[in-house]
Amino acid sequence: MNKKVKVQVTDLTKRFGDLLVLDKVSFEVYEGEFLCIVGPTGCGKTTFLNSLTHLYEPTSGKILFNGEEVNLEKHNIAYIFQEYSAMEWLTVRQNVRFGLEIKKDYKNIDRKVDEALELVGLTKFAGYYPKQLSASMLQRVVIARAFATHPELLLMDEPYGQLDINLRFKLEDEVVRLCKQTNTTVIFITHNIEEAVYLGDRILVLTNKPTSIKEIIMDELPHPRDIAAPEFVEMRNRITDLIKWW
Amino acid sequence: MKKKSKLKFQIISIISLIAFFAIWQLLTDVYRVIPSTMLPSPVKVLQTIGMKWSVKKPDGSTLPQHILASLQVSGLGFCLGAVIGVPLGVIMAWWEKADLSLKPVFDFVRTIPPIAWIPIMIVLLGIGVVAKASIVFLSAFIPCVINSYTGIKATKTVHIWVAQTFGGSKTRTLFKVAIPTALPYIFTGLKVSLNSSWGALVAAEMLGSASGLGYMIQMGRLLSRADLIVVGMIVIGIIGTILSAFLDSLEKIVVKGEVR
Ligand SMILES: Nc1ncnc2c1ncn2[C@@H]1O[C@H](COP(=O)(O)OP(=O)(O)OP(=O)(O)O)[C@@H](O)[C@H]1O
Ligand SMILES: [Mg+2]
Repeated sequence: MNKKVKVQVTDLTKRFGDLLVLDKVSFEVYEGEFLCIVGPTGCGKTTFLNSLTHLYEPTSGKILFNGEEVNLEKHNIAYIFQEYSAMEWLTVRQNVRFGLEIKKDYKNIDRKVDEALELVGLTKFAGYYPKQLSASMLQRVVIARAFATHPELLLMDEPYGQLDINLRFKLEDEVVRLCKQTNTTVIFITHNIEEAVYLGDRILVLTNKPTSIKEIIMDELPHPRDIAAPEFVEMRNRITDLIKWW
Repeated sequence: MKKKSKLKFQIISIISLIAFFAIWQLLTDVYRVIPSTMLPSPVKVLQTIGMKWSVKKPDGSTLPQHILASLQVSGLGFCLGAVIGVPLGVIMAWWEKADLSLKPVFDFVRTIPPIAWIPIMIVLLGIGVVAKASIVFLSAFIPCVINSYTGIKATKTVHIWVAQTFGGSKTRTLFKVAIPTALPYIFTGLKVSLNSSWGALVAAEMLGSASGLGYMIQMGRLLSRADLIVVGMIVIGIIGTILSAFLDSLEKIVVKGEVR
């Protein structure tokens, strides 16, 4: 793998009042890498992504993107939030356009939007409003919105929580393929270990609060991965044992 | 609701409306329970409307002239109130500095009911268009500010974050996220404003004016012409309903995503 560092996190610390959530987290993400982060629920995974993007001001620490301070107006980052985030007043198509419009990136905008809609299988629903869609469709709208902008760094916070299992596998394969093809760097958060082993190039295991890195595991199983293969099961069990669930 | 049952309720409401006028007619012209100097019959009211359509007596203007005078003043005051009030509410809600510096003044002013401003306006500006428009302005302005402020504050944090992570500036996020969120609230504000400014206008015309529907009602009282009073009230109600219906249909065109 090309080892160019895309994101460098150094001693990232975040407190809410006297609640210490992130305790000196340091690691790097390489260009084109699919990094999965797993950890017990409530350990601070969302807080971590929000601090990384400065939506929450980090208490201390340094975050570099391509060697510079992260700057959302300059760097091409997309973030798929854990929370439902489609905009009710826009149609599916307008929602998918949203990121490109904010970026004033009007070149080939319709083609990019069409491709993203196609990717998540919502072409036929382009004219509908969010209130007319199911939860899983809404989640796909948000995924399409992120992909339409062709981000350099894609942050995903449990994006498949709402999807049914078959759709999930199909979409996951598609997303991994696309990220590899476009050399997109991904930080993918989940508490589903199987999902992490299935998707990741590396898996970062977090401790309970205050959160730090327990271990970073290389996941070099060949794609497409077989969730029943003994190596797969072995890795999954190893990570499960690492996590203190409460 | 299903089409059929909707129709049923429409029929019921028409029947009750007819019953209302029938009872009114029975109480006045037929059995004379209430003397016509106190409450004219519906037939008499219709006659007066017909008569006032072209006759200036006894209050100096025809009904269309009164309507026009009222609409001019309320249109001017309402539009000014909306054009200044909505942006002010939006700005105060979106930029903290504006909030900190303007909100206290506004919070004080809003506690004074618009009608309480009428005497000082008459003293300062006389009984002309400007004084009345100022009253209307105040009563339209305040709900516009409050509702657009509330609307902007109702923007979901995650929506702001979406715009922000895509690199949207504060101003771009305002236009792309916060204002669309606030639109239904802004329309509520406009509708409330319309009602309260229409009410304030009538009050202002009753207290000091030389034309307008409120003035006509006041003259009806002074001249013991109950029919003029009732005509004024009915016309005020009809115009208010038409204006609200106009705003409702505008809202349906502008506010998207509310699937009904
Ligand atoms: N804005 C905030 N203000 C105060 N405390 C917060 C805030 N956001 C998160 N926290 C606290 O930080 C801790 C971690 O929360 P976070 O949402 O990051 O966990 P998580 O790992 O994403 O959980 P989950 O698996 O449920 O998504 C929690 O104890 C939470 O109460
Ligand atoms: Mg979370």
